[in-house]
Formats: sequence, structure tokens, C-alpha cells
Amino acid sequence: MNELLAQLREWREAIDRRLPPWWSRALTVALIVAGIVLPFLFAKTSGFTNATIIALAYAVMAVGLNVVVGFAGLLDLGYVAFYAIGSYAMGWLGSTFFFKAHVHVLVHGIANQEIGIHLNFLLILIAAALICAVAGVLIGLPTLRLRGDYIAIVTLAFGEIIGTVAVNGTDIHVGGGMTLTAGNIGISAPDQPYFPGIGQFNGALNLRPFYWLILGILLLVVVINVRLRDSRLGRAWVALREDEVAAVSMGIPLVRTKLLAYSIGAAFGGMSGAFFATYYTVINAGQFQFGFSILILAMVIVGGLGSIWGAVVGGLTLGYVNNYLIPNTFNSLPSKLGLHFQLTSVEFGIYGFLLVLVMVLRPQGLVPERRRKLEITGEIGAEDAQLVEPTATGPPL
Amino acid sequence: MFLLALPVYYTIRDLTHGYAAGFVHGHPVIHHDLSQIGFNFAQGLSNGAIWALIAIGYTLVYGIIELINFAHGDVFMIGSFTATGLWGTLGLGLATGPIGIVFGLLLTLIVSMAVCGSLNVLIERVAYRPLRSAPKLAPLITAIGFSFILQNVGLLWLGGSPYSVSDLLRENNTVFHLSGVPITRGYLLALGVMVPLVFALNWFISTTRAGRAMRATAQDPEAARLMGINVNSTISLTFLLGGMLAGGAGLVYALYETNVWYFQGFKAGLFAFTAAVMGGIGNVRGAVAGGLIIGTIQAFADNRMSGGEWTEAVVFGYLIAIMVLRPRGLFGEETREAG
Repeated sequence: MNELLAQLREWREAIDRRLPPWWSRALTVALIVAGIVLPFLFAKTSGFTNATIIALAYAVMAVGLNVVVGFAGLLDLGYVAFYAIGSYAMGWLGSTFFFKAHVHVLVHGIANQEIGIHLNFLLILIAAALICAVAGVLIGLPTLRLRGDYIAIVTLAFGEIIGTVAVNGTDIHVGGGMTLTAGNIGISAPDQPYFPGIGQFNGALNLRPFYWLILGILLLVVVINVRLRDSRLGRAWVALREDEVAAVSMGIPLVRTKLLAYSIGAAFGGMSGAFFATYYTVINAGQFQFGFSILILAMVIVGGLGSIWGAVVGGLTLGYVNNYLIPNTFNSLPSKLGLHFQLTSVEFGIYGFLLVLVMVLRPQGLVPERRRKLEITGEIGAEDAQLVEPTATGPPL
Repeated sequence: MFLLALPVYYTIRDLTHGYAAGFVHGHPVIHHDLSQIGFNFAQGLSNGAIWALIAIGYTLVYGIIELINFAHGDVFMIGSFTATGLWGTLGLGLATGPIGIVFGLLLTLIVSMAVCGSLNVLIERVAYRPLRSAPKLAPLITAIGFSFILQNVGLLWLGGSPYSVSDLLRENNTVFHLSGVPITRGYLLALGVMVPLVFALNWFISTTRAGRAMRATAQDPEAARLMGINVNSTISLTFLLGGMLAGGAGLVYALYETNVWYFQGFKAGLFAFTAAVMGGIGNVRGAVAGGLIIGTIQAFADNRMSGGEWTEAVVFGYLIAIMVLRPRGLFGEETREAG
């Protein structure tokens, strides 16, 4: 098995050597062009385009969570909080929900006449990112002194608290008979995006503009992430992840570096959340469940912790599995095998299985980050060495 | 002490403003005494007995391998389901006589403890042991994965909505009154299962050879191994004990709540983990105390704050407050410092 892998690696390196040095850039450009023309291959409102849009939005979230979990090594199990906050930012700033207000900024058509606050989608996107960045700092603050798995629990608790607030937000009055959220009834019909020069989006007639919008957001987020990874801040994150004590004694500011990881990761989640809100055309408290945090985490893990392209691949893969393969292609599989359940009902079990499988068999993920891969495979090598001769180190009882 | 905030607030409120004890001709009868507080405490302590049993499992496992066994709450759920399923198989129902009930329940208790114990050992073998030398994130993630797998097993087993269990013990029947507070069979059952199990566990850990091996491994696995302790089987034993207690808790929960749900383990697991952290993780007595405290907080939030809508937020708020103010818990950790 190992020989086979070594042989494969040799072949791949041989191919790499023969290709011109610019081929990886060319491949990236080709992929982006392919991504831009992809929706023309399908009908304007096809199910596949729909699944692709959702998968791209998931990928944005996965890239955001990767900053916190992958770069900085802070296991965040409450990422759904930023999905919620981003979505509510859309609901608050781009719908009739705050019906006492009359604010219209750069909107068009019906949104320009309706009651409530109506900002242009780009402004809402920025606002959602900013609100989530602040929320990320608030969630990060209590975890600063804590060790790894305690961080997981505190962030999880925060996610659950935000979820509870979203469900019970109808009891929280913000003045003028308006409440904080609409609970399980949901804030309905947030504005569809409108851009001067491009026009008004309408998801019922044409999904393609949404596709290009989310593709653009994803590319932007990926570019920001690549620049961040190679920056001083990115290296500080990795240093903290690897050895906190050593990093701090080298002069890395612990508090600022960790909080920046939380807030930047949260900002991306908020952007995706705002997009989801306008795309799903409803902001319902029932969407913000713990399972969502795990779904996004599974994307990061499956793709490869700390790897930006891994997060994109993981997000797209699980996005398609979640929205296309399980509900459309394989949903009737159990009944064909004589079992009386639908695959959609056990999708989280499938993610759980994937998490276990990837962690046990390929902990570095599908598209591993180079540094991380070395670490992980190096350590597994050491463990294998232990397993080979257990009697040499201690007598069995 | 911020822990006392809720009980103290409601004690003062009950005495000054009073509470509605009932309705006569449509008008509320206002009482100014402490029996409502007593009721909250009685319900809270019996809730807490269940959380305490689960919390011990978290604390034992964390004490020995420093892993939050995320699947533990779902092992507890499987315990409830095993008990429920077994009652169906044995034909235990409302018509069964008292002797049949007692023997049936003892049998189910043993079976569900055995099932949960072995399940926990199995999870450790499959999902945690291969990753023992991997980064600490890895086993935590497989634990989350197993948590979801078990939930879906439960979903396929008894369906997606809460499954009602026949009220075998008539758990709401009052046995006696304690200064005006009715003590029901359910309360006695919860405490009556928890107390002997905790004493048995305490005896096992403090006196037996295997218990000493557990404590030694928790203190320093490397040194324990050098002293001739088989660390792997000691860890398996720890998971076995934790799983057995969760199985017991599962049976009590099914009888006490008279319904079971595939998702019950999620909330139970988080509450119990909060309890374990509150008592100082790695500390068995602390976990029991923490469980009782969390149960009480939960009872206050359930009964006093608009029907339990905010309970989770209140409990998790306490969790975060403990983490920030006293990360070592109320009674201190007994584990080594994480390296």
C-alpha cells in the first residue's frame, strides 16, 4: 500500500516537472471561466443551479470557519450564530420587518416604496460582515484563557444561546411594537438584490444573477483568505495554533491575534448568512440549529483543516451531497434496498460517518495544506511505530 | 455567588409579592411562603440526579484521556431507547402487577447499563483509540461524528417525534409531603437510582485495584504504564463505567419524563457537561454536585420563566459565566494540567 502511494507520488511529481511553471495559474483562470459560464448549460431556474448556488454559499461559510478552526486552531462549534446574525442583518436592514422605520438607500422598484428599512444589498453585506465581526469578538473574549476543548463548548453554548434568542425573539421588544426576530414564523420576503447598472434580481424567474453574485463573493473571500494566510497575521495564527507559549514569547499579541481570527471568520459567515436570507426569501429561527455548525465543520474537515482550497472543495462537495445527491439522486435508495426510511432523514448521520471516516483514514482531508499534512502524517508514523511493538515499551497486563 | 442568583431572587419575590397558588372563582389565590421554592428544589434535585449520572461519565473520561466525549449524551439516549424497547418486548405495561414491575425494571436497568457500557467501549475502540496520538482536535471531531450517528440510529429506531412511554411507576403519585412540598415517586426514583450508583462507583474507584489503576492513569498515563498498568484496558474500563451510569440515567429518564426522543441526548449531554465543568472536570463528587445544581437552575428556569423557553439560554449562560469566572470549577479539578 505504501509502495503504491509512493509510486503515485513519484508519477505526480514527474508530471509537475514537465508542466510549464504557469500551469497552476492557467488552471485557476480556466476554472473561474468555467465557473462563470456554467449556468448557461442549465435552465434559468434549474434544480442544479439552485444546488450550486447553495453549495457556493456553503463554501463561503467553510472558508470563513477555516480561518478560525484551520488557521488559528480554535475549534468553533457555534458558527451557526453568524449564519443567524448575518441572516437577521438582512432581515432587519432589507425588509418590511421594522415597519415603523422609513429608510431607503439605493434600492429600486417595490422596495423603494415599502415601509421598513431598505438598504442596497452591498451595504447590507458589509453591515452583516461588520455586525458579525463584533459578535465574533464578543464570543471570542470569554474563550481567551481557555484550553482547546473548552473553547469548543463555550462557542457551542453561544451558538445555542443565539439560537434560543432567535426562537424567542418575539418576546424581546425593541420599541414601537416591533420585536427583535419573528421566531419560528420567520421574517418573510427580504428584498431581492438590486445593483445599479445590472438590475433587479428575481429568484423566481432567473437564478443566474444569484449564481454570479455568490460566485463573486466566494472569489473575493478566497482572495482575501489567500492574502491573509500569507500575511504576518496568518503566520501569527499558525504560530499560535502550533505552540501558544512559544508564539507569545516571540512577541505575538495573543488577545489581538485570536480575536482577529474570530471576527474575520465570523464576518465571512455573516456575508454568507445575508446571502442565504435573500436567496431563501425567509429568515426563520428554525434554520439556526447546532447541526448547521457541524455541517460547516464537516466541510472544513473533509476538505482539509487549514487549506483554503480544501474548504472550497469540502463546501462544494458536501453542499452538493446535501442539496442534490441525498434529496434527488439517492433519496429512494433505502427503499430500493427494502428499508423503510428516506435518506434525507439520516443526512446528519451520514455527515457524522464522514467525519469519523475522514478523521480515522485521512485526517489531512481531501486537499491538505502542505504544512498540516507533514504534521499529521508525521505523527501517525510515530503512532504506527508504537503499535508495531507494544511489548517493547510496556508489559501487557 | 452568582449561582444563587435565581433561587435568591425568586425566594425574595415569593415572600414579598407572593405567587398564585391556584384559582378560586377566577381570582388567583396569592400565597406568601416558600413552598413554591421547595417544589422547585425538589424537582430540580431529581432532574439533577439524572444529569449527575451523565456528568460522571464526562468527568471520568475527561479525567483520564482529556477528551470531551461528545457522544456521551447520545449513549444516554440509547439507554432510554433500550429500556423502552425492552419493556415492549417483556410486555411491561400499565396492567403489570407491582412484583412484575420491580423485576422487569431491575432487569431493564441491568440490560441498558450493559448495552450503554459496551457501546461506549466500542466507540472508544473505533473512534478515539486510533487517534490518541493525533492532534487533540481529531478525537473531538470523531466524537461529534459518533454523536450524529447515534442520533440517527435513534431516529430510525423510534421515529422523529417524541415517543411516549407508558407511565409504569405512576411517577406523579405523591408518596409523602415534606413541609408542604409533595414528593412524588419520580423524584424518589431518580435519587434512589443515582445515590446507590454513585456510592458503588466511589467504592470501586477508591478501593479496588482497577479503580486505583484508573486514578493512577488519570494522574499520569506514562508513569502508570511504567508501573505496569495496562493503560488501554484501564481506559476501556473508564468508558465502560461511564456508559453504564449513562444507561442507568437513560432508564430513569424514560420513567421520569414518560417520553423519549432521539434528540434528548443533545440537551442532556450539554447540561451534563455543564454540570461536570461546574464541579471541576475530573472530579466525581464535583460532577454530582454540579448535576444537582444544574438540575435546580433548570427547574427554576422551567417553572418561573415563561414555560422553559429560555431554559437553555439560562443554563448555557451559567456555563459561560463559570468558564470565565472559575474555569477550574467550583470544587477544583483533579486532573493534570493539559500539556
